Amino acid sequence: MRWGIQAALGMLLAPLLLGVITRTKAFFAGRCGAPLLQPYYDLAKLLGKGAVYSRTTSWVFRAGPVVGLAAMLMALAFMPAGGAVSPFAFAGDMLFVAGLLGLTRFFTILAALDTGSAFEGMGASREAQFSALAEPALLLGLAVLAKQSGELSLSGVMQGISASSWGVVGPELVLVSAALLIVFLTENARIPVDDPNTHLELTMIHEVMVLDHGGPDFAFILYGSAIKLWILGTLLVGLLVPVRTGNAWIDGGAFAGGMLALSVTTGVIESTMARLRLVRVPHLLVGAIALSTLALILVLR
Amino acid sequence: MSLLIESAMVLLVLTNLTLLGLSRLRSCIRVVAVQGIVLGLLPLAAHADDLAPRIILLAGGTVALKGFVFPWMLLRALRVANVRHEVEPIVGYTLSIVIGIAGFGMSLWVGSRLTIPGAAAPPLVLPVALFTILVGLFVIVSRRKALTQVLGYLVLENGMYAFGIVLVGEIPMLVELGVLLDVFVAVLVMGIAIYHISREYDHIDVDELDALRG
Repeated sequence: MRWGIQAALGMLLAPLLLGVITRTKAFFAGRCGAPLLQPYYDLAKLLGKGAVYSRTTSWVFRAGPVVGLAAMLMALAFMPAGGAVSPFAFAGDMLFVAGLLGLTRFFTILAALDTGSAFEGMGASREAQFSALAEPALLLGLAVLAKQSGELSLSGVMQGISASSWGVVGPELVLVSAALLIVFLTENARIPVDDPNTHLELTMIHEVMVLDHGGPDFAFILYGSAIKLWILGTLLVGLLVPVRTGNAWIDGGAFAGGMLALSVTTGVIESTMARLRLVRVPHLLVGAIALSTLALILVLR
Repeated sequence: MSLLIESAMVLLVLTNLTLLGLSRLRSCIRVVAVQGIVLGLLPLAAHADDLAPRIILLAGGTVALKGFVFPWMLLRALRVANVRHEVEPIVGYTLSIVIGIAGFGMSLWVGSRLTIPGAAAPPLVLPVALFTILVGLFVIVSRRKALTQVLGYLVLENGMYAFGIVLVGEIPMLVELGVLLDVFVAVLVMGIAIYHISREYDHIDVDELDALRG
């Protein structure tokens, strides 16, 4: 029951996080900014449009957004949010969720390559390169959490991490959180790695791969990436705000507050940092891998 | 208390890894300064139960020297030498970090094998001290600029300091101050040397000093 509410809220509120991030950035730039619900208006507008498909594309191009959204929704079903335990949880579902993230990426990349545009191919190659480096950081970070809590499912891990674990293995958890924050920013195409606003051809990564999608397909992609933001955010907030009282209202409230704070933090990072040069991005990701590895070495010790 | 020391140790490891991954000389100097401050505060954490004036004095002196005086001297040397501010490593940044991680694993292994007579030290201190020494050596051999060699030397000294301060505990004050003074003079002399190298040859690239003839 609790999980059902959390998952429904996740599906409902995910685009709101994007709205909060945009609003924070607008605040820093001294503008009033788009309404908080703008992502919903965008989705509604796109869903009302028709789709146009190039004759050079095949079924892969049409499958990309659908598979992506389906995989994201499936991954959402495994995420324990605000103390709720997912009914689907099984030992090792963290790898499954990571695999679903990978599947989404794989189909986005395939759809981009399917258009036959050299430009989209460039974006696909960048996305593949960066995610290949972000994934080890995520998996090693999850391994640390699994070792620490003695559980192999995400729900078990989140139940196992409590405020008292911060007193015992605080330094390790800080390392993992930092690594996961970098993964969070990378996977969601956020600023030190990719600029979600940019339409400058040579610097785009994620945006360039979805240029040829339109109408409902593009709505699926936008909604899917909002869910992805929510999923990775859930992971980070579950780690950083370990409120596990058992009371649904307190836990859920702490979780919601954490998600809001995370979106604002993302907005602040985007406003105060410059995008890294493309050649510097792998350094950052290797740094994230180093942080995760360090934490893993420390908990295995 | 042990959590405090452990956090300090993790911070040391992080500063070491950051040093390996940074490309700007200026930021490298700052990172070594942060490392010096963490190290300077370490005796306070290690002897938190009985804070003798000796320890407070030592911590204050270390923080002042390693955290503020050395960086100031090195930044000044960098300014007057007027050279490019890139590190120009022989081993790339990414590979350096990977080597650093491997080095940390190795130090942990070596640290678990070594038995230190006497004091029961917190578990992480020995491997981290070894790791800091390793990183110092690595920075000395894998970077071209004379300034990074000074930094490597400082990191090396930091490692030995961490080793001594927590493991041995009771080093006489005079020895500690003597070591600090030695390092101070060394950094001073090396700062002057860097200035002269750059004035004579328009660079501080130690690789090219090979070609010198007497």
